[in-house]
Amino acid sequence: MREPDSGLAARIQQETPISLDTSIACPPDEVLALVGPSGSGKSTVLRCIAGLNRPTRGRIVCRGEVWLDTEKGVRVAPRHRRVGMVFQSYALFPHLTAIENVMEALGDRSRATRRGEARRLLDLVHLAGLEERKPGALSGGQQQRVAVARALARDPEVLLLDEPFSAVDKATRQKLYRELAELRQKLRMPVVLVTHDLDEAILLADRLCILHRGRTLQEGAPFEILARPASVDVARLIDLRNVFEGRVIEHRASAGITRVSWGPYVLEAKYQPAFAEGETVAWAIQTAKVILHRRDRPSRGDRENPIGGGVEEFIPLGETASVAMKVDGIPELPLFMSIPLHVAARNRIALGERVTVSLLAEGIHLMPPDTGAGGA
Amino acid sequence: MDWSAFGLSLELAAWTVALLLPVGIVVGRFLAWRRFRGKGFVEAALALPLVLPPTVLGYYVLVILGDNSPIGRAYETLVGQSLVFTFQGLLVASVIVNLPFAIQPTQRAFEAVPIEVREAAACCGMSQWRILWRIELPLAWRGVLTAIVLTFAHTIGEFGVVLMVGGNIPGETKTIAIAIYDRVQALDNAAAGLMSAVLLIISLTAIGLAFAATSSIGRRNA
Repeated sequence: MREPDSGLAARIQQETPISLDTSIACPPDEVLALVGPSGSGKSTVLRCIAGLNRPTRGRIVCRGEVWLDTEKGVRVAPRHRRVGMVFQSYALFPHLTAIENVMEALGDRSRATRRGEARRLLDLVHLAGLEERKPGALSGGQQQRVAVARALARDPEVLLLDEPFSAVDKATRQKLYRELAELRQKLRMPVVLVTHDLDEAILLADRLCILHRGRTLQEGAPFEILARPASVDVARLIDLRNVFEGRVIEHRASAGITRVSWGPYVLEAKYQPAFAEGETVAWAIQTAKVILHRRDRPSRGDRENPIGGGVEEFIPLGETASVAMKVDGIPELPLFMSIPLHVAARNRIALGERVTVSLLAEGIHLMPPDTGAGGA
Repeated sequence: MDWSAFGLSLELAAWTVALLLPVGIVVGRFLAWRRFRGKGFVEAALALPLVLPPTVLGYYVLVILGDNSPIGRAYETLVGQSLVFTFQGLLVASVIVNLPFAIQPTQRAFEAVPIEVREAAACCGMSQWRILWRIELPLAWRGVLTAIVLTFAHTIGEFGVVLMVGGNIPGETKTIAIAIYDRVQALDNAAAGLMSAVLLIISLTAIGLAFAATSSIGRRNA
């Protein structure tokens, strides 16, 4: 059964063993990252696409080919779906050499043809010279490269990567990131990456799909999700620390602002008319959009949502410091910001010191109020 | 030395292994990876020959395959001869007795093949047959070899069931274990001693070869 090629589209529903009700789409040439905590169902989605799990209801179409349509009783076996799958544990065949591992995925062609093609693929993943080694004699990073070469051997219509970087050390991981970024320039297929590491997803993916408890909470470009999470649950999952409650006072379309009350303050946020005046909302701001005022030289920008308070926590993290301030009049939740260490030193930031900051209006993002149903 | 009994034992052991090897692989593989209602009962039934006295087992085989049983009658109608007290009857009994020796080691070996490795093989587009041949059997090889050796050695040494089902017909059902018993009864200790020594050497060699082969395979795969 063929349909027009629109990359990969999957709608998956099931109740057991893990509840899933989600849809994903990944055009050719795009990397989609499924991000979520353990148990969110992200690996199960990948396994359903590969045909290793059978969802109760669903439809999976890849490059115009219907792989699953429960309504019409279509269920293509895993070996007939042209997927390239890289497992979390790599799942290499331990008794075969690197080149033999790749050759097994090259179908029924002659041995010499398969050997030549496998050699080319191992070259592509920078493994030339290690062809005759068995997986046990390869490092974690090298095993991952063999797994990628084997996944590409089938000339797959979609590449599925299940937490492929979780089993290697940090230095190797950085190297493999670069290699994957380089590799995808050469590939013309949808790539679905499963990861619990948001930074990894932002680095490698064109779009993110945030999964939680088997449901898609939000899908979009990384910067879009980071700046504008759709809900408090998403904000928590992407580790947005500044999430507060407020109330919409008024919209001023002409000035492009929405005024929001927050405790004793009235904040000016960018214009967000989706929320009615008087409505209670949750609002969030990224730590980078909280700007510290310089003690020695006040600027015009200081007038933008000025907030005062005392430093409650000061944690140097490499070249930057994570600072939590207890906001005057709002004792419950601290406001977090991230500032370079030299700026902290120049402004004599220390525990108990008073500071003033500006909340950038364009960084204040409104969301429906937290219902308490989620929670990461 | 009763060479005819010795030859018959080897023939019986070879046929038993030949028939049980595919059964062990198919059933062992099935039990290793499938979950179904009543699996525990099936596994217990297949392990029964390990704990049941050979005479009890032999008795039931005799009842089931005997001339008065439906199976015995059907066989006689088809082949024209009785199943009990023949080599064929002995072979059927031997296959039943050796089921746990053929199935359990293969089942354990298939259980040890990581599920992700099999899934990866399917994602590589390999057929079921190719996955079995290229991936599963090479990884489960030690268990299969153990099954072959145990079945072979156990068949050569089997006494109770053979006596119950086959009797003691020279050239037809008189195996080396029966011949040893026969010689001891006739107070021919020299012949009994020689045959016992041959049986001991064969068993020891078979088990020793299996151990050596599996441990060297283990080292190579490590």
